[in-house]
Amino acid sequence: MTLMTFDAALPVIFMALMGLSMLVYVISDGYDLGVGMLMPRATAAEKDVLIASIGPFWDANETWLVLGIGILLIAFPKAHGLVLGELYLPVALMLIGLTLRGVAFDFRVKARDSHKQTWDRLFFAGSTLASVSQGWMLGRYVSGFGTGWNYPVFAAAIALALPMAYVLMGAAWLVMKTEGELQQRAVQWAKIAWLPMVVGLVLISMATPWVSATVRGRWFSLPELIALSAIPLMTGVSLLAARALLNTRAVLGPLAWLPFVLLILVFLLGFLGLAYSIYPYVVIDQLTIWQAASSPAALKVILFGVCISVPAIAGYTVFSYRVFRGKTGELRYA
Amino acid sequence: MDALILARMQFAANITFHILFPTISIGLGWLLLFFRLRWLKAASANGEPLQAQGWLDAYRFWTKVFALSFALGVVSGITMSFQFGTNWPGYMERVGNIAGPLLGYEVLTAFFLEAGFLGIMLFGHGRVSEKVHLLATFFVAFGTTLSAFWILALNSWMQTPAGHEIIDGVYHVKSWVDVIFNPSFPYRFTHMLLASSLTCAFLLIGLSAWQTLRGTAQRSAPRVMRVGLTLAAIAIPLQIFVGDQHGLNTLEHQPAKIAAMEGVWQTERGAPLLLFAIPDERSRENRFELKLPKLASLILTHELDGEIKGLNDFADAHPPALPLFFAFRIMVGMGLLMLATSWLGWWLLRRARWQPERLPKWLLWSFSAMTFSGWVATVAGWYVTEIGRQPFIVYGLIRTADVASKQSSSMIGLTLALYVALYLALIVAYVGVLKYMAEKPEETLHPKPGDQRAVPTGAGGTGANAAGAAA
Repeated sequence: MTLMTFDAALPVIFMALMGLSMLVYVISDGYDLGVGMLMPRATAAEKDVLIASIGPFWDANETWLVLGIGILLIAFPKAHGLVLGELYLPVALMLIGLTLRGVAFDFRVKARDSHKQTWDRLFFAGSTLASVSQGWMLGRYVSGFGTGWNYPVFAAAIALALPMAYVLMGAAWLVMKTEGELQQRAVQWAKIAWLPMVVGLVLISMATPWVSATVRGRWFSLPELIALSAIPLMTGVSLLAARALLNTRAVLGPLAWLPFVLLILVFLLGFLGLAYSIYPYVVIDQLTIWQAASSPAALKVILFGVCISVPAIAGYTVFSYRVFRGKTGELRYA
Repeated sequence: MDALILARMQFAANITFHILFPTISIGLGWLLLFFRLRWLKAASANGEPLQAQGWLDAYRFWTKVFALSFALGVVSGITMSFQFGTNWPGYMERVGNIAGPLLGYEVLTAFFLEAGFLGIMLFGHGRVSEKVHLLATFFVAFGTTLSAFWILALNSWMQTPAGHEIIDGVYHVKSWVDVIFNPSFPYRFTHMLLASSLTCAFLLIGLSAWQTLRGTAQRSAPRVMRVGLTLAAIAIPLQIFVGDQHGLNTLEHQPAKIAAMEGVWQTERGAPLLLFAIPDERSRENRFELKLPKLASLILTHELDGEIKGLNDFADAHPPALPLFFAFRIMVGMGLLMLATSWLGWWLLRRARWQPERLPKWLLWSFSAMTFSGWVATVAGWYVTEIGRQPFIVYGLIRTADVASKQSSSMIGLTLALYVALYLALIVAYVGVLKYMAEKPEETLHPKPGDQRAVPTGAGGTGANAAGAAA
């Protein structure tokens, strides 16, 4: 690639920022959605711990989605209309799911005891609805909203695989944040979720080049293939390492954090692979980031704010995780 | 039904539901900071443990109300960031260069500021130092207000656009200062902040009155009611003054909106103030008028014979008269009721030596009945300003119909039905939970036996005590 001017580089910067927000969203809300989907498997007392483990974080986690969609809206307005128009119904369902779980989270502790169970069910239902919708949307988006029998099948496969990935993240989060019996059960949950997630990931990796000629061209040509093989290889190693770790005693003790970190690595690699498949399109085969971008003048104004606030956001996110580090105790308003 | 109307109804349903909660959290954030500071002051002074405990109870109880309101605000706010694209794709294509940065700054500086510090404010007391916790409380309040600043700048720009130029149909910024501080912004921003203060004030008054009636009033209820009444009594005359100024500003920049609010069809001098009427769009006249001569001209132009332009002068570029006419009267009526209630209530509570249980029953019932009066006034006011902008999305420049999405009306209708059902259920749940919390404050506060009194770190007591209460 030749060196581009700053104006031409602006959409690339914003695409990177949007990708980063979406990645942080998928990882951070991924584990708390996963914890939500694990709710029915927990006992009444464990449910409180599950909720407490994500309590201080979920609000901030979901704002990454707002930032990601916000960047799509403000930096790539044409793509925002196109993408969200195509995904009209799943977007509405996802929003209803996120709304249900968000409010159920807060209502369950404040409502009378007889209603708590209902809110817990809604928390589970909302988490599942949001995750499945996101999977469907991801599938439709990656395949460029294609029409034909294979596209909906592909989207449906991702709609099932993504929640499994979230459940695995959620279980790994609980392994890290809890102790005793619950921690051992979380290890079991992680083991159960591992296989469907891996199968889903393999299927998706094979199906993406199949449904999209652009993606096929990107990956299956030499010498790119050799350099790129690092991505699937490292993903495989991380997944296998995480699975092996779940069988050891150490995962209940000093290495409790490692499965979660390995899974973050898997998400990161998957994200890199996806970014490589799509760039420089914002809607694959239809709209490049330069075609969709706002004027350079507007982007510069936004960039100014981004440069000030994103480091601040990163800073206090780290601070917040530090404050609530360690095993989850009883969560109380104070 | 027509897809445009359905899309507008869907957006209206969402934005109506959304505004209920920021209206509470903007004001309540600052009130929490106030309770928090009063507690620190009382606890540091030593010797008045009961008084200190009252402020701490107030802080803890209202923190929960804040958390609940904030959560509902977040989830409905997420919905809005999507609906810009799903319902009005043409909007961002045309004015993205202006709306984008303003929305961006709202998300970046405010949303994150709130959500990031909220976890520490809600659950972090005792885990961080007293100073850091106080700072987190401040940032949450500051964040909500800053959020309102950006979003109202954008909304006001859509009402009274300024500081832009149009090149090939796309809007570009000429001056950010003119865009942000457009002609109606200072009025709308102040009006909204005061609306939030009043909504919170009546929420405080109403819930404490309900607790007094139910015999569940705790140490905190008398203090909370006093704070609420004082705030309301100060804010309401300010609000009436600001509202009047806002009206004059609207008359200058959006005369069609004023004509619809006042039910004026033909341009006239010495227009009467209509107390009641049913504006009829078809015959373009009012039925069942009940009027006070010349008063509308006096209020709006400050002259008895001032001219008010009628709707007929704006042909097909004016908003529907019926909803504006009534929404405006509901807002003003609610404001006058707030004035009477807060001034009378403050005076009577003072005579009762600030003890709510000594107040007459009817007054406590009236307070309770007005718990959510702020919501009614705020929503009515927003209907006036937003429906009053129609048929434009950017006043005088871009028509709403031109930027609407091409979704089928059945798809919009289906999702609209889903959203409305969800929102109605959630409002019922929200009010129900607030009522439950007010009636069972002990369960809400979870006091631990033997640890009734928390002491701020470094303020006489031991730090471990405060940490123990919060852990």
